[in-house]
Amino acid sequence: MSIAGRLTTVVVAFLVAVGLVLAAVAAFLTPGTPGGVVNFTKAQAAGQPVNLTVQTVGSIGTGLHPTWVSYLVKNPQGKWVHETTWELPAHTLVHMTVYQYDSGSPLRNQEWGQVQGTIGGTATLNGSTYSQYDSYTGNGVGHTFAIPTLDLSVPLIGVSPTATNVCGVAPCHFNSPHNIITFSFKTPGAGNYPWQCFVPCGLGYLYGNGGPMSTQNYMGGFLDVVAQ
Amino acid sequence: MNKDPNHLRRIFVITAVLSVAADLLYWFLAGPHIPPGRMTSTASSNQWDFNILMVIALPVLIGVWVFLGYTIANWSSKRASAPEPKGGAAARSNMKAQTLWIVITSVVVLFLAGFGTFELIIGDGSGGGEGPNPVWEPAGAAQAETAALTSSASWAPGKVLVVQVIAQQWKFTYRYPQFGGFESAQLILPNDTTVAFNVTSLDVIHSFWAYQLEVKADANPQENNVAFTTTKQLGQFTVRCSELCGLWHGAMYDFGKVETRSNFTNWATTTESANSANTADLPAFAWTYVPDANGAAGGYYPDGTVTPYSTVETYGAKQAAS
Repeated sequence: MSIAGRLTTVVVAFLVAVGLVLAAVAAFLTPGTPGGVVNFTKAQAAGQPVNLTVQTVGSIGTGLHPTWVSYLVKNPQGKWVHETTWELPAHTLVHMTVYQYDSGSPLRNQEWGQVQGTIGGTATLNGSTYSQYDSYTGNGVGHTFAIPTLDLSVPLIGVSPTATNVCGVAPCHFNSPHNIITFSFKTPGAGNYPWQCFVPCGLGYLYGNGGPMSTQNYMGGFLDVVAQ
Repeated sequence: MNKDPNHLRRIFVITAVLSVAADLLYWFLAGPHIPPGRMTSTASSNQWDFNILMVIALPVLIGVWVFLGYTIANWSSKRASAPEPKGGAAARSNMKAQTLWIVITSVVVLFLAGFGTFELIIGDGSGGGEGPNPVWEPAGAAQAETAALTSSASWAPGKVLVVQVIAQQWKFTYRYPQFGGFESAQLILPNDTTVAFNVTSLDVIHSFWAYQLEVKADANPQENNVAFTTTKQLGQFTVRCSELCGLWHGAMYDFGKVETRSNFTNWATTTESANSANTADLPAFAWTYVPDANGAAGGYYPDGTVTPYSTVETYGAKQAAS
């Protein structure tokens, strides 16, 4: 083989090797396929509050990981969808309603038993206002909805694990035991703000923070805040 | 070079003149603005150390550049007057140049070793984590740390402030044992105060990096890593996790503030009062906490079908005081 031929072979082989390494690194650093974006910016007139309704379920029931715990969101058309990136208008009041269908436990860090960063520093649990919940009492805390960069965190109180008719597969319906948690917050300026759960609810994973806790579109996502 | 000893002298003189100029320009123009600034004692010390290193490094850099430039200018083969390179004894060594190089580099390296050690000691660890039993502690730190474990611990201006940094996926929270042990997602510090950061984790390895404070300490589960600094300026600083810790590592940051002592006291007492109900539900203040590895806490999975990662540890178990 000529020198040019050998050189070409070496360069091509090198580039292929580099490409494979980069692809492997990218695959490693991307723990899951990000879901789509649910757009709430057109659901109401500019400047009007956004109504954001979500539910937490013990197992999603479908897809690659049917046993994983997950959030679902009701899109502007009123359908429950398994997406955790929500596009919201900037500097706008968001009225959030959470249907919590999962059981609870003591928190790893009771700090997240406090309602933080909401309007008034409070939330409501089935109509009753609360600002703090002792996770060692009652049914404990099932999940939290938290936007760490905004210092927002709300404990979502669990349902009784011994209750009958517990929801097994999403989307859950009102005839299953659930708690309704409501709170409001104001979106900041445009940007991407990750949200997450602070309950290590990744069953079977070390420290409970693997699996659905470490994969987008289950127990975490983004608020994609855009200027209007 | 042996035939014309002026070359070495010329290179030395040119290097010396340029080095003095570069060092002066750097010291007075760039030096005061070098990160991390002067917000704390350790930040000031770090800036000083960095400037000293640059003042030493610049002459070395300039010396190499001058030598290369001088060589190109005077001994290029394209210059008609340049002598042809010749081998033999004269080309094998130059004792003066070799001795000079060895002496200069040895002095620089030995000085830097001594300088670095000295700065580490007088800076009480220079803002780095010293582990659970710090070798170098500022005055009053040991007493404040010991008192922090008692429910009667208190703080007043002039005393060392003990702050516990609790890392968890994916947020830092902070406990103030001298204010009833309340926990907060906000890090507020008083000015002109020595702070003892006690850094730990509830899950995986994180690293607490308060950039403008020049404090950096790994957060290891079931370990207490202590770092010290003294605040010198009011303002905002950034806290980042500097250990790749999972999906939201990139979002694991927040902003702290150095406030006046009176503002800090007002904030701390107000927060202590506002958080009192939740503080009562926190585990007693300890240097480390032992969460159940599989879930939120012991008994997280009530049916008991999941084998705990540890059969002996329970949430909130106190570790021996370091």
